[in-house]
Amino acid sequence: MTLIKTSYNRRSFLKASVLGGGGMMLGFSWLVSCEADVADVVEPTKGIPKEWFDINAFLKIGDNGLVTIMSPNPEIGQNVKTSMPMIVAEELDVDWKDVVVEQAPLNTDIYTRQLAGGSQSIRQGWQGLRMAGATARHMLLAAAAQQLEVRIEELKTENGVIKHEESDRTLTYGEVASLAGSMDVPEEVSLKDPKDFKIIGTGRNNVDGQKIVRGVPMYGLDIKREGMLYATVIHPPAFGMKPGNVKNEEEIKALAGIKDVFMINTMPEGIELQWSDRNNVFPELIAIVGESTWQVIKAAKQLDVDWKAESELESSEMHEAQLTNILNQTADEPGRIDGNPEAAFQQATKTIERTYDAPFLAHNTMEPMNFFANVTADHAELIGPIQTPEFAEKTVAKLLGMDLEQVDIMMTRMGGGFGRRLYGNFVMEASLISQKVAAPVKLFYTRESDMTQGTYRPAYKVKYRAGFDENNQLIAFHVKGAGIHGGPVFANRFPAGAVDNYLAENLGMQSNISTGAWRAPRSNFMAFAEQCFLDECAAAVGQDPIEFRLQLLERAINKPVGDNNDYDAERYAGVLKLVKEKSDWANPPSGIHRGVSAYFCHNSYVAQVVDVELVKGRPKVKDVHCAVDCGIVINPLAAKNQIEGGIVDGIGHAMYSQITFKEGKPEQQNFDEYRLIRHSEAPENIYTYFVDNGIDPTGLGEPSLPPIMAAVANAIAAAKGERLYQQPFISSEAVLG
Amino acid sequence: MAIYKLNINGKEHQVDVDADTPLLWILRDHVQLTGTKYGCGVGQCGACTVHVGGYAMRSCSLPISQLGDQAVVTIEGLAENGDHPLQEAWLEHDVPQCGYCQAGQIMQAAALLQSNSAPSDEEIAATMNGNICRCGTYTRIKAAIKTAADKMN
Ligand code: FES
Ligand code: FES
Repeated sequence: MTLIKTSYNRRSFLKASVLGGGGMMLGFSWLVSCEADVADVVEPTKGIPKEWFDINAFLKIGDNGLVTIMSPNPEIGQNVKTSMPMIVAEELDVDWKDVVVEQAPLNTDIYTRQLAGGSQSIRQGWQGLRMAGATARHMLLAAAAQQLEVRIEELKTENGVIKHEESDRTLTYGEVASLAGSMDVPEEVSLKDPKDFKIIGTGRNNVDGQKIVRGVPMYGLDIKREGMLYATVIHPPAFGMKPGNVKNEEEIKALAGIKDVFMINTMPEGIELQWSDRNNVFPELIAIVGESTWQVIKAAKQLDVDWKAESELESSEMHEAQLTNILNQTADEPGRIDGNPEAAFQQATKTIERTYDAPFLAHNTMEPMNFFANVTADHAELIGPIQTPEFAEKTVAKLLGMDLEQVDIMMTRMGGGFGRRLYGNFVMEASLISQKVAAPVKLFYTRESDMTQGTYRPAYKVKYRAGFDENNQLIAFHVKGAGIHGGPVFANRFPAGAVDNYLAENLGMQSNISTGAWRAPRSNFMAFAEQCFLDECAAAVGQDPIEFRLQLLERAINKPVGDNNDYDAERYAGVLKLVKEKSDWANPPSGIHRGVSAYFCHNSYVAQVVDVELVKGRPKVKDVHCAVDCGIVINPLAAKNQIEGGIVDGIGHAMYSQITFKEGKPEQQNFDEYRLIRHSEAPENIYTYFVDNGIDPTGLGEPSLPPIMAAVANAIAAAKGERLYQQPFISSEAVLG
Repeated sequence: MAIYKLNINGKEHQVDVDADTPLLWILRDHVQLTGTKYGCGVGQCGACTVHVGGYAMRSCSLPISQLGDQAVVTIEGLAENGDHPLQEAWLEHDVPQCGYCQAGQIMQAAALLQSNSAPSDEEIAATMNGNICRCGTYTRIKAAIKTAADKMN
């Protein structure tokens, strides 16, 4: 066992209380913050509160031994509602079947911060969750020691039972839970040796699985209340516009089932905003309220508004030209410079230069944005899917002129997040509408309004240059990225640290189109560009692509350049070696063309080999081999699911998806125009291999997505002899066949 | 507005709605069966899939006036105790991530197994192609359908 002091916990609170009816309740909280990761979640240009990643939870033990573990973090499909309580249960030493998991409400008195983003829930929560379980176990032991009149050291626990072997007496957790609540919170607790884990590392089914497959209401859109009205908001059809008058207001109001039509403004002058509000470019909206969803949808279609152009109506051609233009400029401040890159390029006997780009993407969570609000004179009750409830609560309070205590937010299970629900504009909208009509309201977005609202993954363009000497050694490397609202380059990521002369630059441009974090922000483009380019570098010097990468990593292990490289080169090389071995890289099955890619983001390492087959001249992804180093795997069943999901999602977006603009208007409005990957396009098999190294766990919601885009492109290049530089790939000859 | 009688999951319901109201919104707003989901409203995503007269249909694109007297089965009524072999296989393979698309996926798969008790990979892909999963659970869905098919045979 490892002894851990609980004292660093003190700065928040740890308190126990006895529950009415017997039982113990333990509140625990902890704080970890990590600047670098915060930058991954939100745009680095935004102001970020310092203690962003505080997480809290709650634990109750009933007198019957049933344990309720509150899951503090929002559940967006990343399965934290199962995996986080597993960690608590492990240290508490209870049988998983005696555990019930509940979604904790937003309550900043008890839980100070609750957030889903950046694949950080598990990484940030690991120590605290373990300590929470261990602390509770210790207090149960102390209570048992008192009751049995023995020393605490003489007691053992197993699956919710406390044993005193000498006297052959046992007590269940339920029997001592009430007394345990009055015990002192320990100064020190023992944590299990990972080799004794019984729950962690075993596959446990999704705690909401039963409800999901039976269609039990759980999502925000499923909410219904007595007297509830339905509402939607209409935003301008184009970025750069704002609403003027509704020309047919009376007509709309007279439609069957329509209660009201009015304008709202979620960002009135003087309102203090949170970082999660600031990217909203459509604060002024027209709200339609009615008695049923369908009547509101029909009314919205008939609405005739005098839209006013306020700023330039942009097009994709403009973005392309501007990004190309700024890529020819030099950043005022390079992100990183090692050695003398320009001199090295002069010396190089071989130089290659390539440019990659990718379009805007919409989040397209399957459950469109929505929220329930019931605002009365002195209380706002808000329920729905939100990744950042605490920030939304603050803005709502300001908007409604209420104190924070008068605003309550309850989180529902979310039909996907992918970053979109970090930005809670819909919470403000629902609140204002409910306040105006003085009734409970469910705000819903149609798919079209959801897809055209913005908050997109920005369009990016990046240029790479590599210089080799006469011995085919990589001596110079230059990466320059350009993007809407900021460049995508991570200056200290691989191959920084492996090349003597290295330069990284980022350039951004303004736009009136709103952007936001989208599953693995920036990495979701950079991995594609970087790993495709490294493949071309390998080809340029006639080396095997895995060997080429491994040699660079060898360099970063033995003689790293600079001392602030983001990654651990050994773990990076580890996943490449593992995928090489497992996929039998050198011996692909006949008719199969292979591509490789490896990337580090969100603190986890992923390497993939993709097998592509040509069917009537068109590439089809057949198998994917994926090696992952995320440290200790909490729940292998769910972990594999996350990896597979990221791979399928990544292939889909690289191959098929884009948002383009004409006169400020998104040209894709629904799934007939915005193409998402479908069953027949998914890989036949995905094989996932985890590195077993006992290192503290890191998250999995994002890391498998970025590299797959390059692995697919590299495999297609192997199959067709044609490199891909532009997403979506479907627009290229190589993919169309 | 007009009065319509419906048979949903073996129960009679009566609703007073506009004639063009899609079955999806009747289920969700008027009879409180919210297991059937809204994803696109235009027949493109499959989240709203139910059985109408024994066939898989997109309820978002079926106006109530065209339903006639065909019986409707939703995810809530697929099996009395929620233990249809597909529902069990879904749990066994731990298919859902966010879970939002899964009711539609299961209803589509159930219709497939009714007409083809041992579908091949290609047949599964072809039938399931109208059901989008943004979380990317397709490979598990395929595996779960095969497990359920094996159990049913
Ligand atoms: S909601 Fe019916 S197909 Fe998408
Ligand atoms: S499980 Fe999330 S959309 Fe399918």
